Amino acid sequence: MAALINIHNLTHHYGDLCALDSVSFDLQPGEILGFLGPNGAGKSTTMQIICGTLAPTSGQVIINGSDLQTDPISAKSQLGYLPESPPLYSDMRVDEYLGFCARLRKVAPSKVAQAVETTKQRCGLTDVASRLIANLSKGYKQRVGIAQAIIHNPHVIILDEPTSGLDPNQIQEIRNLIKQLASDCGILISTHILSEVRAICDRVLILHQGRMVYTGHISAEDKNALIIKLDANRESDYLADIPGVAQVERVDQQHFRLRLSATTSAADIAAAIISQGEKLYELRPDHSNLEQIFSQLTTGEMGT
Amino acid sequence: MILTLSARELRSLFQSPLAWSLLGVITLIHAWLFLVQIESYLKIQASLVARSSELGVTDLIIAPLFDSSAMVMLLITPLLTMRLLSEEYRTGTIQLLLSSPISPRQIIIGKYLALLGILSVSLLITAMLPFSLLLGAEIDISRVLASLLGLFLLLASYGAVGLLLSSLTEQPAVAAVSSYGVLLFLWIINLSNQSSLFDWLSLASHYRHFLSGLVSTGDISYFLLIIAACLMMTLQQLEQRCGKG
Repeated sequence: MAALINIHNLTHHYGDLCALDSVSFDLQPGEILGFLGPNGAGKSTTMQIICGTLAPTSGQVIINGSDLQTDPISAKSQLGYLPESPPLYSDMRVDEYLGFCARLRKVAPSKVAQAVETTKQRCGLTDVASRLIANLSKGYKQRVGIAQAIIHNPHVIILDEPTSGLDPNQIQEIRNLIKQLASDCGILISTHILSEVRAICDRVLILHQGRMVYTGHISAEDKNALIIKLDANRESDYLADIPGVAQVERVDQQHFRLRLSATTSAADIAAAIISQGEKLYELRPDHSNLEQIFSQLTTGEMGT
Repeated sequence: MILTLSARELRSLFQSPLAWSLLGVITLIHAWLFLVQIESYLKIQASLVARSSELGVTDLIIAPLFDSSAMVMLLITPLLTMRLLSEEYRTGTIQLLLSSPISPRQIIIGKYLALLGILSVSLLITAMLPFSLLLGAEIDISRVLASLLGLFLLLASYGAVGLLLSSLTEQPAVAAVSSYGVLLFLWIINLSNQSSLFDWLSLASHYRHFLSGLVSTGDISYFLLIIAACLMMTLQQLEQRCGKG
């Protein structure tokens, strides 16, 4: 299938400051693409450009076949966008606001009420439907912001830090919602929380100082790495011989990083270690891969 | 699409106390001016009759009323226009509009229609005063209608200027103050009787033709020109923000 978003050589300057430098990527249907980067890396700028609220200095944005420059109306009708701060009219009630957004996004008049109802349920807003947006807590405001982005069932959903300001339970709900939405559209999410990327994204794209420095899948390899903690004074050579262990790396005296083959689970490893008469103090998935990539790429000066 | 936007705009205006208090003030001030004019007319009525003067209620009550109405509205309109776009910039809601399948032109027309809506309400309030004279006097109705047309075009121009200035800043107060500046300047620019250009530029000289019952293409086009120019510049401003729309 053709890509939902196709970005080609996007460049943007704020005066002398180069915020984006020849960024190109695309987003496939059903994919959740995570946008990572330190503050000021150009994440929000890219998103604003894709959504047509900021004009790029140069470059091309194609959304589901429509060029944003030459055919903005049809390109924008495919989009749902949650900016960094949710674009809410604080003097409206939640129902009114969502109805307005639905009409603005060309939902057929007869279907507006239903779209509002469904979206409220999806985002958990039914209880606050008749409250003024000004009086909502930050978490609810954020959810109303997400609701306006998905009310018209867009093909492309762009969420700029969707979980900021939410409590852990709400974060989980929103992540579930995002995963659920991804079944029939492409989602672009910016965040600087690495665990979030790991939890929901299929692919990650790291921006640094306006340049794209890394793009890659959240690999199965990354998901299949374990950190284990063993008794300090025992031999550990047998680890490499456990079936399914592809690689053993000693982190320090007690900690080892194991890379597993795709079919091996943590339980197999635990059983194998115990059967050696070894004491297993700790066993957890290793998430350091993405952290390492991120900090390597975004700290210090870039090479070129 | 455009009407959705206008409806939201009007609703938010009328949900806030601002629109109501402004309409209240408009009514009060106009009514007071009207009563004062009637009173002074009654004082000199006898001498008018004695000198068999041609001046009647339309000249002595209605024309001065519309003349002061232009000034009152000059003070009120910028308060209505100041939030139109600057508030959207400030709260970020402009991003909602710009990322929706709606062109900047539609956004501006939607906002402007909403503005014309509320200005028409205030025009109706003003219009009720001269027509109330029908109860006890004869008035020159076509001249009143000409004045109303003039006032409408004037208010529409005020609104267009206000919308333009609101598109230039994120601060509603700055938008209001600069609208006052521009409108007042356009009003008094003919005070220096140096050149006919200044006279032509002045809102006042064109508006007063309407008050004397003179509806000319030149005056109408002057107002339409101001409105069109301001709306075009607003569009330019908005497009610059989001790229060619």
